[in-house]
Parts: sequence; structure tokens; C-alpha cells
Amino acid sequence: MRMHKTCSFHGTSFQSHAASVCGILKPRTLAACGTAVLLASCRRVGVLDPQGPVSAAEKLILFNATGIMLVVVAPVIVLTLAFAWWYRASNKRAKFRPELVYSGSIELVVWAIPAMVVFLLAGVAWIGAHDLDPAAKLHSDAKPLRVEVVSLDWKWLFIYPDLRVASVNQLIVPVGAPIEFALTSATVMNAFFIPQLGTQIYTMPGMTTHLNLLADRAGSYPGLSSHFSGDGFSDMQFMVRALPAAEFAAWFEHTRGGAGVLDALAYRELAKPTKKVESHTYGDVDPMLYEYILQLAAPMAASSPEAK
Amino acid sequence: MGKLTWAAIPLDNPIQMGASVFVMLFIGSVLAIVTFKGWWKYLWSEWLTTTDHKHVGVMYVLLALLMLLRGFIDAIMMRSQLAIAAGGAEGYLPPQHYDQIFSAHGTIMIFFMAMPFMVGLMNFVVPLQLGVRDVAFPVLNAVSFWLTATGALLVNMSLVIGEFARTGWLAYPPLSELQFSPGVGVDYYLWSLQIAGVGTLLSGINLVTTILKLRAPGMGYMRMPVFCWTALASNLLIVAAFPILTATLGMLLLDRYIGAHFFTNDGGGNAMLYFNLIWAWGHPEVYILILPAFGVFSEVIATFSGKALFGYRSMVMATMAICILSFMVWLHHFFTMGAGANVNAFFGIMTMIIAIPTGVKVFNWLFTLYGGRIRFEVPVLWAIGFMVTFVIGGLTGVLMAVPPADFVLHNSVFLVAHFHNVIIGGVLFGAMAGYNYWFPKVFGFTLDKRLGQLSFWCWLIGFYVAFMPLYILGLFGMTRRMQHYANTEWQPYLIVAEAGAILILCGILATIAQLVVSIRSRASRRDLTGDPWDGRTLEWSTTSPPPRYNFALMPRVESQDAFAQMKQTGTTGVFPDKYESIELPGNSPNGFVTAFFAVITGFALIWHIWWMAILGILCALLTLLTFGWVERVNVEISGEELARDARARMPKVEPV
Repeated sequence: MRMHKTCSFHGTSFQSHAASVCGILKPRTLAACGTAVLLASCRRVGVLDPQGPVSAAEKLILFNATGIMLVVVAPVIVLTLAFAWWYRASNKRAKFRPELVYSGSIELVVWAIPAMVVFLLAGVAWIGAHDLDPAAKLHSDAKPLRVEVVSLDWKWLFIYPDLRVASVNQLIVPVGAPIEFALTSATVMNAFFIPQLGTQIYTMPGMTTHLNLLADRAGSYPGLSSHFSGDGFSDMQFMVRALPAAEFAAWFEHTRGGAGVLDALAYRELAKPTKKVESHTYGDVDPMLYEYILQLAAPMAASSPEAK
Repeated sequence: MGKLTWAAIPLDNPIQMGASVFVMLFIGSVLAIVTFKGWWKYLWSEWLTTTDHKHVGVMYVLLALLMLLRGFIDAIMMRSQLAIAAGGAEGYLPPQHYDQIFSAHGTIMIFFMAMPFMVGLMNFVVPLQLGVRDVAFPVLNAVSFWLTATGALLVNMSLVIGEFARTGWLAYPPLSELQFSPGVGVDYYLWSLQIAGVGTLLSGINLVTTILKLRAPGMGYMRMPVFCWTALASNLLIVAAFPILTATLGMLLLDRYIGAHFFTNDGGGNAMLYFNLIWAWGHPEVYILILPAFGVFSEVIATFSGKALFGYRSMVMATMAICILSFMVWLHHFFTMGAGANVNAFFGIMTMIIAIPTGVKVFNWLFTLYGGRIRFEVPVLWAIGFMVTFVIGGLTGVLMAVPPADFVLHNSVFLVAHFHNVIIGGVLFGAMAGYNYWFPKVFGFTLDKRLGQLSFWCWLIGFYVAFMPLYILGLFGMTRRMQHYANTEWQPYLIVAEAGAILILCGILATIAQLVVSIRSRASRRDLTGDPWDGRTLEWSTTSPPPRYNFALMPRVESQDAFAQMKQTGTTGVFPDKYESIELPGNSPNGFVTAFFAVITGFALIWHIWWMAILGILCALLTLLTFGWVERVNVEISGEELARDARARMPKVEPV
């Protein structure tokens, strides 16, 4: 779907043929693989394909910081190879200078260059850390949507406290509306991450973390747990579907009227360790459930993996 | 017998069983050969009970090489799993097994490969470079080694009896708590590291004392070789950081054994505390590993460029700056925990500041090459490979020090690629450079050059082929520690990564072949001069291998690069008329016996066999006390013997 999209990379624009690239990768020579890998790295997926303001800003910082450092790193690599080659013992034209073991001016330069690079990058880091603070609310005219996220063994529970619906392993959000996440874990730690929307954050039992994201365009974006949490970790994936406002309203109507009530009994069942859970929704949910889970007062299934 | 039953033997797991049988056959055949050849007496008196820093150093490196093999087998198993487990495929390793493998890989490579390698090099080289006869506490040195070996043995025992941790190499709670990991895996992890950690701490104290208190006459701090400076910084970090590790793992042990609540979900525990503590040790730990490697590169680049290191004082300052700064950056390992913007920005910037002294070092090596006369022996290949590779790792590291960049890269395989970039490209390349550089000094013959070059190129190319695809996959959003993945577009990259691992395997095989070939042809590659590389520091001023007492006459140090200066002024090979007799520490079975009981104690604690644990602790204490009280048996070497010895050895040295 996304494979033949034009890819913009440092101002240059070219077509990447990811499908054919994958074709060449398997056999052939190492050189072909190397080129293919470089080409394909330009394809827009994951972090390189931002679909919201947070991830777009993060991608920009990624490229800016890399660019700033390459200004020094690339010449250092070239000079290392050049000096090593030119000053090889067999090169009679190279001037042997055993006395060159100290030079105040060179010392000044070698301390100053990294210091200046770091000074510049420190600015990027300071401003970036504040602008993109996960807990900072996003500016938008649209009405924000609150979502409470709970990581369980091994699935994701999304509670919409204002809408009184909930879903498992599927997160439906309206396009263009800021989403205010409150996150916790009912089991071990996990991390909540949607690469195309940006910033990941830990979910921790007994604690809430805050995250603010926004999807600019309609689409389906994979999400995952990015902090190892045990045997079922690899399948702790979910899909984010960003829908236009009208479609989101329709989804809500459908879900709200639908079956499934997330009460104490249903939660106890859900909290049992399970792998590869199909996504499903609940038409009603106790609005205090998240608070109970946070206080570790929710009815828990025996959650050791062995007890299963 | 506590929790130990026959069910602990993994008879149902063919891979694990096969590995166990192989390991036992290997150990059995080694023991059989030793018995058959009648080597026990030699082994006991020259190695098992040795207090000679050189022999202890060799045993450390041997342990590291063995553990490199074990850790690498884990690595290639993971790569093979991920090369096939795409789409709906589950691969050949179920999660319970795969999770043990990545946990064991990290634990073994850091604690039992990288650490012993670096500690071994420091053990061997530092006293020789300082121009002294042994470390400050020779018996303690042997105890340190044997406790490290105990830890390594316990980790490997988990392969045969029971299981290893399934929690990752840092065993983060709450996953590592009893509630979520009720098996013995985490206990194997904890007790191995606790026992090995004591060994590391003792070794750190020993080397710090040696460097601060025992130096040849005239060797002021600013005349010490740079490797000694980096060893000092590294061991200061050990002394400061390892107690934090011991305390942290101790708290987790209390949680697991007596129901304490330091890091549990309930009872007021908090896993965030563990994250902070473990990284307060963990970040200095990476500098404990890389600083000695920086030292090796400094020696190697200077020696093979045929000139002194450029900017010695800058190097010393940079080393000590890194030593201090390494304690102020730990939070960058969890920017995604939700700390405020000020906290994240502060730790991000502190992390970047470490890049300044590191950058200075790279520039100084560059200017050492500049105007040099570079002989491309094997160690210098590793050094140049390091300079090129390490700056890329540094770039991606500083990139992740920018909090918003880390928000999308944290825990991804980009991160995995980054730390392998600095640990393989930095620590391992340093270890291999040091191995090739000092081998002739250790054993008295040089290593085969062509196989050494082959090993280098396989490792270098293998590294790039194995880890560059991971950088890209990290940007695609692939997270670490996955046992399988749905996205089949990732598979080609992971197949390439597997090919890289196979290339690295070729590098390892080439290293083994290099060793075997060199031993077999040692007669023709003897180093009779003691100075095969035209070295600059004091270890090259004595014979290869050095005598037990290193130097018959304490060298007098008049400048930096003392030996180079002696060669210039023609003051090498001076024979005094009379030699003073010297006293050397005799052998001591203290380390070996203590470690024997430490193995029993550790094993008993892991399996909750309380009577055996108490017995083991009592015996270990008894051993320590007994040997502590016994009058030290010192060996005296008379002046006449030294003179005879010196005449036999020294004429081979030709003054330049």
C-alpha cells in the first residue's frame, strides 16, 4: 500500500521500490543487499512515517540531530582512514614527525569542536524535551478525547471514561482531536508505543503516566508494547484506527449499543494471562475501573504466568 | 533438597539437553586429558593456587574467551529464530526458551565476557607497566578471579539444572518478582551476580591500591602509561558502582526470599526505585568496560605509529572527566518513564557532555596517527576499525540522548544496534587489540598475523552486516526482545543480520585457528627480545614471558613512555654487580577453596536447600579465616639466583 510512495529525505525526492528491493535482498551479493537496505531505509514506515504533530516533530529532531553530528563524524571517519593510509610505514613520501606530541592550538580545537557540537545539540535537547513533553497537552480546536490505557498480561485495555465504552487491542480515535492518555498497568511494566504517532511511555502498576498524541490523517497505525513483559509479549500488539469525526461517532453509537459489559466479573476474566487476544469492545464500563486498577484494588485473577 | 527434584533436568527440551550433554562431555574430556597426561600437579601449583598477577590475568582472559563462545551461541540462536519467525511462523524457540536465551546472552556477555576480559588485561598489564612485581594484594587477586569464575559456573549450571531468568539481562521488577517469575531462573541470575560482584569489587580495590601505592621509583602520576590511567578510572568506578549493584540485587533477593516489598507491586514497593538504582550502577558499568579499551587503543596507536601519544595530558583529563560524568547520566536509560521535561533535558544534556571528552580522545588518536609511521600489525587494525565504528555508535548514542528522539527509539532494535555498536566496536575490538598486542609478552611467542587479519575483517564486516539492518528496523518500529513478529517486510533485514552473525562466527573461528596455529608453530615465532613491537612502556623492558618477579631490578622511570626513553638514551640492559634478594607471595589455595564453597552455597541458596547453604557459608568463612590467620608463606629469591637468572635472560636484549 505504502510501498511506492514518494519519499522525501533531506530535501531530495525519489521513488523507492520497496517491493522489488525485498525481492533482491534474499540471494545475490552483499553489495546488492547493502544498497537495498539503504534504499529501503528511505521507505516511509514506522518512525519515518509520522502521522501526527508529535511524531513529525520527533522525526525532524532525529534528522536535525543526526545532521549536526555528521558534520563532525563524517570528516573524522574520512580523516582516520586517510591518515592511516598516508602515514603507513611503507610510504616514503609521508613525513615522519615523532616530535608532534603536543600542540596547544590543536588541543584547543579538539576540545572546542565537540564542545560546540554539544552546545548546539543541548539546545535541541532542552527545547525538544520541553516542547514534546509527553504530559504537555496539545493545542487544537477540536475537543480532546480522554483514553485510559491499562496493560494486562498480554493485551491492551482502552477505556473511554467520558463515553463509557472500552475496547481491547484496538484503539479507535477521531482524526484531528488531541487524545489525552492516562496509562497504568495491572500487571508488570510495559510501554505503550504507536510509532507513527510518536512518543512511547511506560505503563507502571500503581502509577499513572500521561501522554498526549494526535492523528493528523485517517488510517490504521500499528501499536505495540515496547517493554518486555513476559512470555506473551511478542503478541502484545494493537491497531490504532484514526477515523473522521462522523465515522468515529458512528463507531461510538454502534459500540455503546453493543454487547459486553466490563464489570468486575468481566474484568477478572480479562485480567487472566492470555496471548494473542482478538480485539473486541465493551458497550458499557464502570467509570471507576481505571481508578480501582490504579489503586491495585481491582479484582485480580491470579496473574502469575505459571498459574494459568 | 529444597526445591530441587529430578524435574529440574530439562529432559523434554532437546536443544537444552543437547547443549548440556555437549558441555558435560567437554568438561569431562578436559578433565580426562589432564588426568591422563598427569597434569594435575602442574595445574594445581601453577594455575589453580597461583597468586601471580600474570597467571590470574591469563585465567580471566581464558574465562572470557570461553564465555564469548557461550554468549555467541546464544546470539546466533536468537538471530536464527528471528530470521524465520515472521508472519505466522513461531520459529524453533518457544518464548519460555527464547526469553532465557536473550537474558543469558546479555548477562554472560557483560558480566562474564567483557568484564573478565578487561579485568584480565588490567591484571596482567598494569603491574608490568607500573614496573612492579605484583598487585597490592596477590592472594585477594586470586580470590577475586575464583569468585568471578563461580558466578560464570552458576550461570552455566542453569543450562543443565533448572532454568535461567526470563527477564532480560537487568531483571527488571515487577517481572523478576516472585509473583511473576516464581521459578529459579531469577535466583540463578541474582546469586551468580552477587558472588561474581564481590569478586569484581575486590579486584577493583586491589587494582586501585596497586596503581595508587605501588609504582616503580620515579613513576609519578603524570608519567604513568595511559592504560594505567584508564585502569585507575575504571577501577575507581568499580569501587564506587559495584556496591550499588550488590545492594540493589540484595533488595530484590529480600523481596524474593523473605517477602520484602522493595520493588513489588503491592505492599508499598516501587519498581521505579530499581530502575534508578540498577542504572546508577549500570551506566558507570559501561565506562568500566570501555575505559580500559580506550587505554588499549592509546597504547596500540602510539606504539605502531612509532611516536608518543598525542596530547597525553588531555587524554588523562578526558579519562577522569568521563569517570566522574558517568555517574550523572543514568536517567537517560528511561526517559520514557514520564519524568518532567526539566529532568529529562538535564540528563540528556549531561549525557551529551560525556561526548566532549570522548570526542577529544578520538581527535587525539587521530593526531597520533598524523605524522606517524604506521606498521599495520593486527592490533592496529582493530584500533582503526574501532575509531571508524565507534564514532558511529557515539553518534547514535548522542542521538538517543536527545529526549524526544529517544521517545521513538527507546527499547527498539535501534537501541540494540547502538549498544552493540559501542560494545563490539569499542570493548570487544579493544579486547582483541589487547589480546593480539600483549599475547607475545604473556607467552613468549607472537600470534599468526594472517589469521589475525582474517579474524579482524570477519568481525568488522560481520558487525556491520549484523547490526546496520537493526538500525533500520528500529526506525521501522521494531521493538527488542520479540520472539516472533507479524510484519514480513522485516524478514529480509533479519536474514541479512543472521548472515552478519555467521560472518562473526567466522571471525571467532579464525581467532581459535590463530591460537592453535600459533601454538603449533611457536618454536619459529619465539619473541627472544622481549620487545617484539618496539614498545614504549615498561612491560616491554622485561623478557617474554616475564619472570615470576617481573623485574630483577626495579626500573627507574625518568619520563613518560619510560622504555622508549631508555632505548633512546641506551640505558636498557644494564646489569648491576649485585642484586638485592626479593620476597614474593607464595601460592595459596584460598581462592580456589573459597570458590568451591561459594559454588555450593550459591547452588543451595538458589534451590532453597538451607542446610547445604549454611554448611557452604560456614566452610567458606572457615577457609577465609584459616588462610587469613596462617602466616603468609612467602618465597624468597636470593640475589645470586636473580643474578644467574638475569644473565640467562638479559643478553638477548639488544640495546637500540
